[in-house]
Amino acid sequence: MSDVIKKATRESYGEALVALAEKYPNLIVLDADLAAATKTGMFKKAYADRFYDCGIAEANMMGVAAGLAAAGMIPFASSFAMFAAGRAFEIVRNSIGYPHLNVKIGATHAGISVGEDGATHQCCEDLALMRTIPGMTVINPADDTEAKAAVEAAILHDGPVYCRFGRLAVPVINDPATYKFELGKGVTLREGKDIAIIATGLLVNEALTAADALAQEGISARVINIHTIKPLDTEIVAKAAAECGRIVTAEEHSIIGGLGSAVAEAVCESCPVPVRRIGVNDTFGHSGPAVELLKQFGLSAEHIAEVVREELGK
Amino acid sequence: MDEMLVRQLQIHACHVRMGIIEGVYHAKSGHPGGSLSIADLLTYLYFTRMHVYPDNPDFAERDRFVLSKGHTAPALYATLAEKGFFPMEEMKTLRHIGARLQGHPCITIPGVDMSSGSLGQGISAACGMALAGKHRADNYRVYTVLGDGEIEEGQVWEAAMFAAHYGLDNLTAIVDNNGLQIDGKITDVCSPEPIPDKFAAFGWHVIECDAHDFDDLDRAFREAERVTMQPVAIIQHSTKGKGVSFMENQVGWHGTAPNQEQYEKAMAELTEQLRRLEEQA
Repeated sequence: MSDVIKKATRESYGEALVALAEKYPNLIVLDADLAAATKTGMFKKAYADRFYDCGIAEANMMGVAAGLAAAGMIPFASSFAMFAAGRAFEIVRNSIGYPHLNVKIGATHAGISVGEDGATHQCCEDLALMRTIPGMTVINPADDTEAKAAVEAAILHDGPVYCRFGRLAVPVINDPATYKFELGKGVTLREGKDIAIIATGLLVNEALTAADALAQEGISARVINIHTIKPLDTEIVAKAAAECGRIVTAEEHSIIGGLGSAVAEAVCESCPVPVRRIGVNDTFGHSGPAVELLKQFGLSAEHIAEVVREELGK
Repeated sequence: MDEMLVRQLQIHACHVRMGIIEGVYHAKSGHPGGSLSIADLLTYLYFTRMHVYPDNPDFAERDRFVLSKGHTAPALYATLAEKGFFPMEEMKTLRHIGARLQGHPCITIPGVDMSSGSLGQGISAACGMALAGKHRADNYRVYTVLGDGEIEEGQVWEAAMFAAHYGLDNLTAIVDNNGLQIDGKITDVCSPEPIPDKFAAFGWHVIECDAHDFDDLDRAFREAERVTMQPVAIIQHSTKGKGVSFMENQVGWHGTAPNQEQYEKAMAELTEQLRRLEEQA
């Protein structure tokens, strides 16, 4: 398909902040010297008086966001996932999570699709870290449409929200004219009965491509998009387990602690079936072009299809 | 300051100290030393400077307080109780299971503006509150108290840079300079000195004062209110354990609860101090 529009969800993040600024006058944006990369620079340009750069000091930025929220503002604290969730973890836990303050964390450059910058900046642990904080909502949108809707959903939700965005341009798979974002609700994108592929973020499109290829071979694969990692839609997961009998998860994150773990935990408690996790296999990334890295790490439609065939013994 | 007002503040501070000892004794754990060293400061703030309303603790334009050195929660709780946010009797439930007075400040307690206790974090939250005030042109002020050991945390200096950069003159940070931290003297452990020079170098207006002299506290805070375009750091020279003779300047009383004998001795001393103050009042 040559007419596929591609856009990085970090762009969607910047655009959504600008688009929502008038509607939500308490919205305020913080960044830690990465406004050009996180795309909050768009907001800075449009609403300079509502943008505060904290410098290269993510720990303080999260604390400042907590204080702003305690005083009634709706701050979006922005940085790369590695620093927002990783470096500042304990501040997010104690200054935002514990007092359950209305802080939104906009974390861009998640996963190995950061590309050439390499392992130090390729955060594959953020979903695991954020998911363990009581009361934290964790969103990982799949495309531009979903990312923009997620930003508004985060504003409308009273409490801390971690929003994960990517650097790499990815296909827009949801129609903005008809799309509706429901926090905490998974979306069945393809019906299927032989196996369920449960994906999140940029792997959702790969899962759809894999399902199309598998359909040609007579394999009926259900595809579910989980944009809200926490709270997880356990109903849609249990239903998939019961009706398909076998699950493959796909995420641009460590296989430890992210979507795969969340699904496996839910399935174990509701309807135990085999769950195979596709993700980064407990290893660090390395430098390279994002698309090649995704292929190399098995985060592709081809690899998802391969795993499905293996699981079904075909 | 008016002599009668000073006497009144001394009486309040004595009640606060008794509340601290009650709380820590009944909890069988907690941090009496650094709580006693800020008892006069918190009394001064809550009874002379801060616009806060026990009947309406969440009033939007109230002044804010963040206890960055959150382990001295007994001092904050006892001050809030003395101010009328909840009964002083509740100090006896400190750290008990099911009680609302948590070991470290918790935002759900009436009068507590921010959860704190992980050192170095409270000052950042105070910066955020001050920034919100500036952003909306609100008139409230924000106060935060740090330990002198606490400022060894790097986040404190990230916050110090931020507050000066944004000219948060509605923010006053008080460093409780009692000279002791858990492992010993701050100058032996990993010295944060010279403290005034460091804050000055970060762009703050710095004032030093005697933490246990209400006239001197008053001088310092009145000066702080006249400062514009800069955040203010008040380095208050204090005595850890102040008010209970055997706890004064003893690092061992950083995080130890008194036993029954020590509790009775401490309360007897404070009761005697109170009797004398009331005689003079």
